[in-house]
Amino acid sequence: MGWTTLGDYLQFLMLGAYPRGPLGGLALTIYLSVAAGLSSFGVGLLGGLARNSSRKYLRVPATIYVEVIRGIPFIMVLFWFYFLVPRILQHSITENTAAFVGITFFFGAYGTEIVRAGILSVDKGQVEAGLSSGLFDWQVMLFIILPQALRNMIPSFVNLYVSLIKDTSLIFFIGVTELTGAATQVMRREVATTVPVFILLFAVYLILCSTLNSFSDRLEARLASTS
Amino acid sequence: MGLDPRVLWTPPYGGWLVEGILTTLRLTGVAILGSTLLAIVVSMMRMSTLRSVSMPARAYVYFFRNTPFPVQVLFWYFGAPHLIPERFLEWLYAGDFEFLAALVALILYTAAYIAEHFRSGISAIPRSQMESALSSGMNYIQAMSYVILPQAFRISLPPLISEYLTIAKNSSVAMIIGVAEAMTMARRVESYSFRAFEAFGAVTLFYLSLSLLTSFVLNWYNRRYLALITADERGKKRRKRPIGQAKRGLGWAGRP
Repeated sequence: MGWTTLGDYLQFLMLGAYPRGPLGGLALTIYLSVAAGLSSFGVGLLGGLARNSSRKYLRVPATIYVEVIRGIPFIMVLFWFYFLVPRILQHSITENTAAFVGITFFFGAYGTEIVRAGILSVDKGQVEAGLSSGLFDWQVMLFIILPQALRNMIPSFVNLYVSLIKDTSLIFFIGVTELTGAATQVMRREVATTVPVFILLFAVYLILCSTLNSFSDRLEARLASTS
Repeated sequence: MGLDPRVLWTPPYGGWLVEGILTTLRLTGVAILGSTLLAIVVSMMRMSTLRSVSMPARAYVYFFRNTPFPVQVLFWYFGAPHLIPERFLEWLYAGDFEFLAALVALILYTAAYIAEHFRSGISAIPRSQMESALSSGMNYIQAMSYVILPQAFRISLPPLISEYLTIAKNSSVAMIIGVAEAMTMARRVESYSFRAFEAFGAVTLFYLSLSLLTSFVLNWYNRRYLALITADERGKKRRKRPIGQAKRGLGWAGRP
């Protein structure tokens, strides 16, 4: 029924209006996931270091940040950035920027917890050995603890990225035409395509997420066997 | 513009927010009940040795965990009516169809996660316990219900409780299909009164108090009960895989 009509919109679903207009569809989903994934890793790294810090002025704000963000839904964070930040800044930001910043801020909090747990997972004897061999504490962290901790964190971060990709499907609500946003537009224009569009949506997300999930499972099995 | 909390108790705004919070709580409550019951069935099916029983359960968990929750919500609201016979549809639309679609989505999505918590809770009990229960003359059902499940329940209770908090947070996604829950009402207050900070701030505080409550319950439970089990059963294991704890649940707040 709607499958042939769906064919007409396939390019829109994959690329948005790209060659003539802004990027959208699956390409935007992937682009935003990768960009926000990298930046939330950066936030997680800084946050995790701050949360494990012995300095109170770093530890307390980081703890508050993590606990507040993890206590509220993603859509709430998105709204804070989309409606309220522009009012504070006194000028508007685009939907894509709001989504990018919102995802970074939200997933950065969960990343912070992963980094914190990763750092705590490294044996304390390593710190003592590093310090007694004459390294500064930042050198111990940078050259001894973090390399081992990061290796342990990889599976957790891959799992977080699966959640991140899944949650990008919510940003259509503030007007971003990523895959789900493009799909809702197609469905609105051609009601007959509704069921085929959903099948396509589920299939694409299923492939993306299950590939990443099985990757993290294999990685975890390998890490468990080598350590 | 200054902060003016008076808008929160000016009619009709205050009433809207209370109404929205009550809808969120109602949605969460029914979904907690439904998803726990469904998860019990699914986890039992998954652990069956019959492939024809375990495969559908595996497929169910695989599908619902690897597709986005918002897309599932959209599907139950916009997609499912195309697959339901006309006669049923009239009856469905006569009721609160938005609420029902959100509820079905929440139950099916969360049950896939809870089923996995149950499964890992049961497999955390050493195999020797089952064997010794069986050799002391119990049958399989007795061994399960008197030896394995009571312990498994205690182990999977903390992830279960944080999963319940996740249900409350996920129920906000129902906003995209127009269910009048807390987020929807905050937006309505915002668009009528232009008081964004106050409206969203109030609902943010509501979610924060829910999660604070959850963390208190979990901390209390961990100190009171879980320490007893893990001390003798899993104490040796704990240092071995601390990162695994980070993977399974990010503490009390659950998954994003």
